[in-house]
Amino acid sequence: MSDTSTPAPAPGAAHDAHGGHETNYVKIWGILLALLVVSVVGPMLGHPVLTMVTAFGIAFVKAFLVIKYFMHLTVEKKYIGLLLLTMLAIMLVFVAGVAPDVMKHEGQRWTNTAAIEAVEKGLKANEAAGHGEHHGEAPAEAPAAAPH
Amino acid sequence: MSSTATPEASGHSHDDGHGHDGHAHGHAEQNFFLKYFWSTDHKIIGFQYLFTGMFMALIGGFAVYAFRMQIAFPGMSVPGYGRVTATDYNALVTTHGSVMIFWVAMPVLIAALGNYLIPLMIGADDMVFPRLNRLSYQLFLLSIVVLIASFFVQGGAFGGAWTSYPPLSAKPEYNLTPLGAPMWLVAVALEFAAFLLGGINFVTTLMNSRAPGMKMFDVPIVIWMIVIASILFMASVGPLVAGAIMLLFDQTVGTGFFDPKKGGDPVLWQHLFWFFGHPEVYVVLLPAMGIVAEVITTFSRKKLFAYKTVIYTAVGTGALSFFVWAHHQFIAGIDPRMANIFSVTTLLISIPVAEMVFVYIATLFGGSIRLTTPMLWALAFIGEFLLGGVTGIFLGSSGADIYFHDTYFVIAHFHYTFFPIAFIAVFAAVTYWFPKMFGKYMNEAWGKVHFWGTIIPFNFIFIPLFLLGARGDHRRIYDYTHFPDLMKPGMQDLRVLATLSLVVLLAFQVVFLVNYFYSAFKGPKAEANPWKANTLEWQAPSPPPHGNFPEGLPTVYRGPYEYSHPDRQDDHWPQNSPS
Amino acid sequence: MSSFPRPIATTRSATGISTGKLAVWWLIASEIVIFGGVLGSYVMHRIGHPEWASQAEHTNTWAGALNTFILLTSSLMAVLAHQAAEHKDGKKAAKFLYLTILGGLMFLTVKSIEWTNEIHHGFTLTSHTFWSFYYTAAGIHGVHVIVGLIIMAIIASDAKKGIDLQRVEAVGLYWHFVDIVWIFLFPLLYIAK
Repeated sequence: MSDTSTPAPAPGAAHDAHGGHETNYVKIWGILLALLVVSVVGPMLGHPVLTMVTAFGIAFVKAFLVIKYFMHLTVEKKYIGLLLLTMLAIMLVFVAGVAPDVMKHEGQRWTNTAAIEAVEKGLKANEAAGHGEHHGEAPAEAPAAAPH
Repeated sequence: MSSTATPEASGHSHDDGHGHDGHAHGHAEQNFFLKYFWSTDHKIIGFQYLFTGMFMALIGGFAVYAFRMQIAFPGMSVPGYGRVTATDYNALVTTHGSVMIFWVAMPVLIAALGNYLIPLMIGADDMVFPRLNRLSYQLFLLSIVVLIASFFVQGGAFGGAWTSYPPLSAKPEYNLTPLGAPMWLVAVALEFAAFLLGGINFVTTLMNSRAPGMKMFDVPIVIWMIVIASILFMASVGPLVAGAIMLLFDQTVGTGFFDPKKGGDPVLWQHLFWFFGHPEVYVVLLPAMGIVAEVITTFSRKKLFAYKTVIYTAVGTGALSFFVWAHHQFIAGIDPRMANIFSVTTLLISIPVAEMVFVYIATLFGGSIRLTTPMLWALAFIGEFLLGGVTGIFLGSSGADIYFHDTYFVIAHFHYTFFPIAFIAVFAAVTYWFPKMFGKYMNEAWGKVHFWGTIIPFNFIFIPLFLLGARGDHRRIYDYTHFPDLMKPGMQDLRVLATLSLVVLLAFQVVFLVNYFYSAFKGPKAEANPWKANTLEWQAPSPPPHGNFPEGLPTVYRGPYEYSHPDRQDDHWPQNSPS
Repeated sequence: MSSFPRPIATTRSATGISTGKLAVWWLIASEIVIFGGVLGSYVMHRIGHPEWASQAEHTNTWAGALNTFILLTSSLMAVLAHQAAEHKDGKKAAKFLYLTILGGLMFLTVKSIEWTNEIHHGFTLTSHTFWSFYYTAAGIHGVHVIVGLIIMAIIASDAKKGIDLQRVEAVGLYWHFVDIVWIFLFPLLYIAK
C-alpha cells in the first residue's frame, strides 16, 4: 500500500459526484440497520420461503447499499464494477460446473451412494433425537467424526 | 548504484536458497545484503526470481533423472541417488511435478520476466509497489524453504502427486507422510500468496504507470500476456486457496471436507484443484506466447501481424479457460452430461490458441529472418507446442480420454505443452534479453549447440512416450518387472530410449549454464540495443541502472512493432523516438 | 513509512484512479474468488445435505446479528474517516479510523465468546462437517478482520500526522468488502436453518 499522494486534481475529479452534496452516511446506516432487523425477524414467522427471501434478498440489498454509498462504486470507473461482476460470474461458473457432482447425489448412470447414505443416516438420527432438543444431540455424531 | 554491479548481483543471488550467503560476501560491500537481498529494485527482484527458478529447475531435473532411471532400469542403484524405493519414487514424481510447475515455470515466466520487463517496457522507473514486490519474493523464498524442509522430515517428502487428490493426500494412513503432505500444501499456499501480491502489483503498474503517450495498444505483447496471465491467476486461484485451507484441516485436525463418510466429497477437491489447474496452463502459456511475439518480430524485422487480434485471442483464451477444467476428471465419475459440455469447450479453446500460432506464422512470412539463438528457440516453441496442442484433441474428447487417461500418452501430451512453455520459451527469453540484463553477449555457437542438444533429445524422450501410451502403458507403475504384459518386446526399449535421451538433455544443460554464467562475467560487451529492437527496454543502457532511464523517463510516440517502415531508412523505429 | 523513496511509477495515474485504490480493487477482486470458493463449496454441501439443518440450528443468531450490527457501524465509521480525509482533516480521519478499529475489536470479542460457548457445547471444528465449514468460513473472514485492523492502525497513526491521507479511502474499501462478506455469511451460517 505504498501509494503516494496523487496529483491534486485526481481525487477531486473522481469524487465530483459526492463533492457537491455529501451523502448522508448516517441515513444509509439507519436503513442498513432496519434491514438487519427485518432479516432477523423474517425467519421467526416460520415460513421457509419467506426466510429465504428475507435472509438472502436482504443480504443482497445490504451489500448493494454498502457498495453504492460506502464504496462509491457507482462513481468509480465502469471497468472496476465490471471486474468485480466478472469475478462473481466466474464463481457462478464454478458452482454450475461443480454442482452436478457435489450437490446432487444422483445423475445419469451414476449415484453417489456414500452421500445418499450419509443423508439418510443423518435424517434418521435427527428424527430420533427429536427437533428442538438442543442439548447433547450434536455430539451424538461426534464420536464417529473424531479422528484420533 | 553502479551499473556494472548488476551481473555481480545475479552471480551471487544464484545461491538464494541459502539466504545467508550474503553475509559470506559481506566484506565486499558494506550493505551487500541490503542491496541484493533486501532490494526493492524490480530488476534485482526479477533476478532473484530467475535464479531461484533456475536453482529449483536443478532440483526438478534431478528428481526426474532419478525416477526415469528406475523406470528404464528397475531396481538399479541410480548413480548419484542410490536405490529408488517405491516411496522414493512417489515422492520424486510429486517433487518433479510440483517443483517444475509452481517453482520453475511460474516464477520464471511470470515473476522474473514480469518484474524485470514490465517497468522497463512501459517506460517506468520501478513497479508501483516496490516493497510489496520485495515481500512477494520473500514469501516465495519462504515457500521454497518449507518445501525443501519437507524433503527431510520424518516420513519424507509428499508423494501424492502434484494434484494432491484426497483421500490419498488427506490421510497420513494412506500417504505415509504425516509431515510431508501438510508442508507441501503450506508451501504451495505460500507460493500462491506471493504470486497474488505480485499479480496485483503487475496489473496496477501496467494500468497506471505507463510512459506518457503510451496507450494500452502501444504496450508490447509480452507485457499484455504477463498481465493477462496474472489476472487469470488471480481469478482462478481463489477456490484452490480456500480448498488448500480445507485440505490442510483435513490433514491436520481431521475435518471431513473431502471425506464422504463425514458428508464431504473428494470430487470437490478435484474441481477446486482443476478450476485453478487448467487456467494455470494458460497462465504460463500466455507469457511464453508473448516472448515468442517479441523475438520473432525483432528477428524477422516485420511488424507483428494482427497485433490487436493477438490480444483479443489472449483474452478469449483466458475467458474460455474457465469453462474447460473438468476435462481432467472425465474418468473421475463426474456427470456424463457435464463431460459432454466440457469436451466441446475443450475443443473450442484450441481455436484462439491456433489463431495465435497462425499470427506468428504470418508475421514470419516474407520477413528477413535472422536465425539467432533466441529466434531458433522461438521457432522451436511454435513447432513443438503445436504438437502438444494437437495431441490434446485426443484427450479432450471424453470418449477417447477414457482409453488414454492415466497412460504415458497424457505425460507426453503434457510435456509437449509444458516443456516448450517452461523451457523453450524461457531459453528464448533468457538469450534474447541477456544483453540487456548483463550488458554482455552470450556465445552464439555454444548457444546453438545447446539448442540442438536440447530439442533433439526432447523429441526422443516424448515421442516414445506417446507410442507407449497409445499401447496402454499405465503411468503410475514403479517397477515394470511386476507387469509382464507391459514388458512386451519393444516397450521396455522405448522406456530406455526415453530415459537415455533425458540424460543427454540434462547433460546439455551444462553447456547452457556454463555459457550463461561465463558470458555474464566475461562475455563480449554488448551495446544498449544489439538487436535493433523498438521496445523501450532497449532504449535504456545495458544493464539498466537503478531507476532504469538515467536520461529521463521516455515518452512514447508509436506502437512497439514498427519494423521496416517504408518511409524510413532505418529498419527499426524505437517507440520513444519523436521522429 | 514515509521515508521510503517512492518511484515515479507510483505517482503516475494513467487510469485516473490512484495506484493504492486501484490495487485494493484488484485485491478485492481476488478475494471474491477466495470467499467464493469456500462459500460455493458450503452452499453446495448444504443443499445436498438437508440433514445438516439439525446442526445449523445450534448457531447463535443473536450473536451473528450483533456482529452484523457492529460491522455495519464500523463500516459507517470507515466511510466517515474517508470523508474527513477528503477534507484533508487527518486528525478527524484518524479518530474515525480508531472507532472503526474499535468496531473490529468488538466483533472479534463477540466472535470469541460465541465460539468458546459453542466449543463448550461440543460443536467443534471436527464434530460435524457443518461445523467445519462454519469455523473455516468465519475463520477466514476473521483473519481478514485481524489483517484489516493491523493495516488500519498503521494508516491511522500516519493519518493523524497528515501523512498519506489517500490511504484512508483504500483501507476503507477493504473494510467495506470485509463487511459485505459478513453480510452474506450471516444468513448463510446463522439464519438459514
